[in-house]
Amino acid sequence: MPEVTLVGAVNLALARALEDDPTVLVLGEDVGVDGGVFRATDGLLQRFGSERVFDTPLAEAGIAGLAVGLAAQGFRPVAEIQFSGFIYPAIDQMASHAARLRNRTRGRLSCPMVLRAPNGGGIRAAEHHSESVEAFFVNIPGLRVVVPSSPTKAYGLLLAAIRDPDPVVFLEPPRLYRAVKEEVADDGRALPLDTSFVLRTGTDVTLVTWGAGVIETMAAADSLAADGVEAEVIDVACLKPLDMEPILASVERTGRCVIVHEAPLTGAPGAEIAARIAERGLMSLVAPLQRVTGYDTVMPLLRLEKQFIPSSRRVIDAAIRTLEYA
Amino acid sequence: MAVATFEIGFTRFLDRSGEAVQPLPAFASEAKALIPLYRSMTRLRMFDAKAVSLQRTGRLGTYAAALGEEAVTIGLASAMAPDDILVPAFRHQGAQLWRGVGLIDILAYWGGDERGSVAGPPEDFPVCVPIGTHFPHAVGAALAIKLRRQKRAVVCIGGDGSTSKGDVYEAMNMAGLWKVPLVFVISNNQWAISVPRQRQTAAATLAQKAIAAGIPGEQVDGNDVIAVRHAVDQALAAAREGLGPRLIEAVTYRLGDHTTSDDATRYRDDATVSSHWAEEPLVRLRRYLTAEGVWSKADEEAMQTALAAEIDKAVTDYLAMPPPSPQSMFDHLFATLPAELKAQRDALAEEEVLHA
Repeated sequence: MPEVTLVGAVNLALARALEDDPTVLVLGEDVGVDGGVFRATDGLLQRFGSERVFDTPLAEAGIAGLAVGLAAQGFRPVAEIQFSGFIYPAIDQMASHAARLRNRTRGRLSCPMVLRAPNGGGIRAAEHHSESVEAFFVNIPGLRVVVPSSPTKAYGLLLAAIRDPDPVVFLEPPRLYRAVKEEVADDGRALPLDTSFVLRTGTDVTLVTWGAGVIETMAAADSLAADGVEAEVIDVACLKPLDMEPILASVERTGRCVIVHEAPLTGAPGAEIAARIAERGLMSLVAPLQRVTGYDTVMPLLRLEKQFIPSSRRVIDAAIRTLEYA
Repeated sequence: MAVATFEIGFTRFLDRSGEAVQPLPAFASEAKALIPLYRSMTRLRMFDAKAVSLQRTGRLGTYAAALGEEAVTIGLASAMAPDDILVPAFRHQGAQLWRGVGLIDILAYWGGDERGSVAGPPEDFPVCVPIGTHFPHAVGAALAIKLRRQKRAVVCIGGDGSTSKGDVYEAMNMAGLWKVPLVFVISNNQWAISVPRQRQTAAATLAQKAIAAGIPGEQVDGNDVIAVRHAVDQALAAAREGLGPRLIEAVTYRLGDHTTSDDATRYRDDATVSSHWAEEPLVRLRRYLTAEGVWSKADEEAMQTALAAEIDKAVTDYLAMPPPSPQSMFDHLFATLPAELKAQRDALAEEEVLHA
């Protein structure tokens, strides 16, 4: 089995989808000859031709809207927005059209498109290249929002997103693009959507996270284990719809929960997860729930981004705070 | 030294008095052939009037009548083949009606029922309410046609205000670049709610905005249904031949309020509007048909009686439509309802039972 990075796994999944389904198209800024600024689409133009893989003009709303039109016609466009900080003009198309098309035509038309974008910081990029935008999409009815946390997840979840009959926003953590390699079998097997994955089992505290947050959270769990605290780590790979069952089951066992994400605190998916624990698992909690997140500040430029992104130290401290309650 | 120059043409066949100012195109060579266009424009006007009165009496939601602009949508729709794709905005029910959407469906949609967007050609898009955001969809649909090497085309229509939107320019730019089979029609009714065309843009015409995107742009008299039909005919033929998109600015005038929620007397005086009644599209075509001896007062009366009956029947059927089930708001959100939404749907059902 080949060892691939997360961005390599995205590339593998795109190639597999293009190979398997003639209606799959890959489009966006610089996705053709250049292979994408992160090389996610490297080699696809050469392999599948310019009718399947093509550069678009520099127009984010247009890219998303174009994909809506193609999808309504039965194609499965996978559109790339180059950086999450440039995704805002495309939100209009996703909210006003992609997410509503099936509903407003009572199923006569549908929108099987994927909007891919890097999401988050930690790569020493320029201003507007490091934002975490999942909260904007999670509030839009009719969308799925998926965040992979590893090469294996990227491959399986992207295939699932492309095959899904409804629109999916697929947010890839650029900090993980080349951070780790995993053996990924290019077997065309998708992972399930709408599913939270238990990455590590433990009985003392539940750590809930997604995307790049998995790195610091797993590191925190290792540290805690060295001190005799067994943390359960849950990767909420699909932020909408949200699979709460593994989280609630875990909190029922541990009674303690820390939610970790890079997006700013207020109104982010962590708040939704916390609210649902309060609704359905409050009596399991023996300590106040903790959140370790990006601050409610503008994403700082690169010299301070490490201070913004939740560190494993902050995760460990939050876990210890929950353990201080008997 | 000029590195680029352009010219915007203007086409009209019938003047305001119904006189032909130049030889008519082939489809209009027999005056009788124009009767379906006249009938459809009248049907639209009578239907719009009924819809407005339904809104005034609380039996319909907000409604955007096309009073004065009937020639634009009927003209463009009459040029389309059944398997072409229509991408309309919210004042273009005329084109939908020509293409087979029922009066009851238009009433259902504006009466607040999503089932109104089901009928009609299966690939047509539903009306777009946000201004101009449907233009990129038209490019996507046209690109789909091009990729499949089909001899079909897309017609996308928006208003004068939409040409100020980035989406519209982004769409024109992509369409020109890829030479997709697409015809953009701008129904320039001179008003974006309260803002007149002159305060919308400094461009001398809206048609010339296409030139910047590498697309031919032209103006037609939007109150002359023959001119609209002819221009769209030609543009569709070019599109199907792989010659790429065109933009047609149909110059017309919104004789009524923006919608039933608007009061146009706040920003324009009656005298201005009155002067435009002399230009409106129905009278000039009727004058032409009458002068050609193919239309009489008796024909007019018989047609109006028949249309009134058809519209009344549609209204009766619309008012008798049972409301959609509350749970139906969940039924078409996704192909398969996700588990977490099942719980919300069940909660709504329970609520309905509790408070029934």
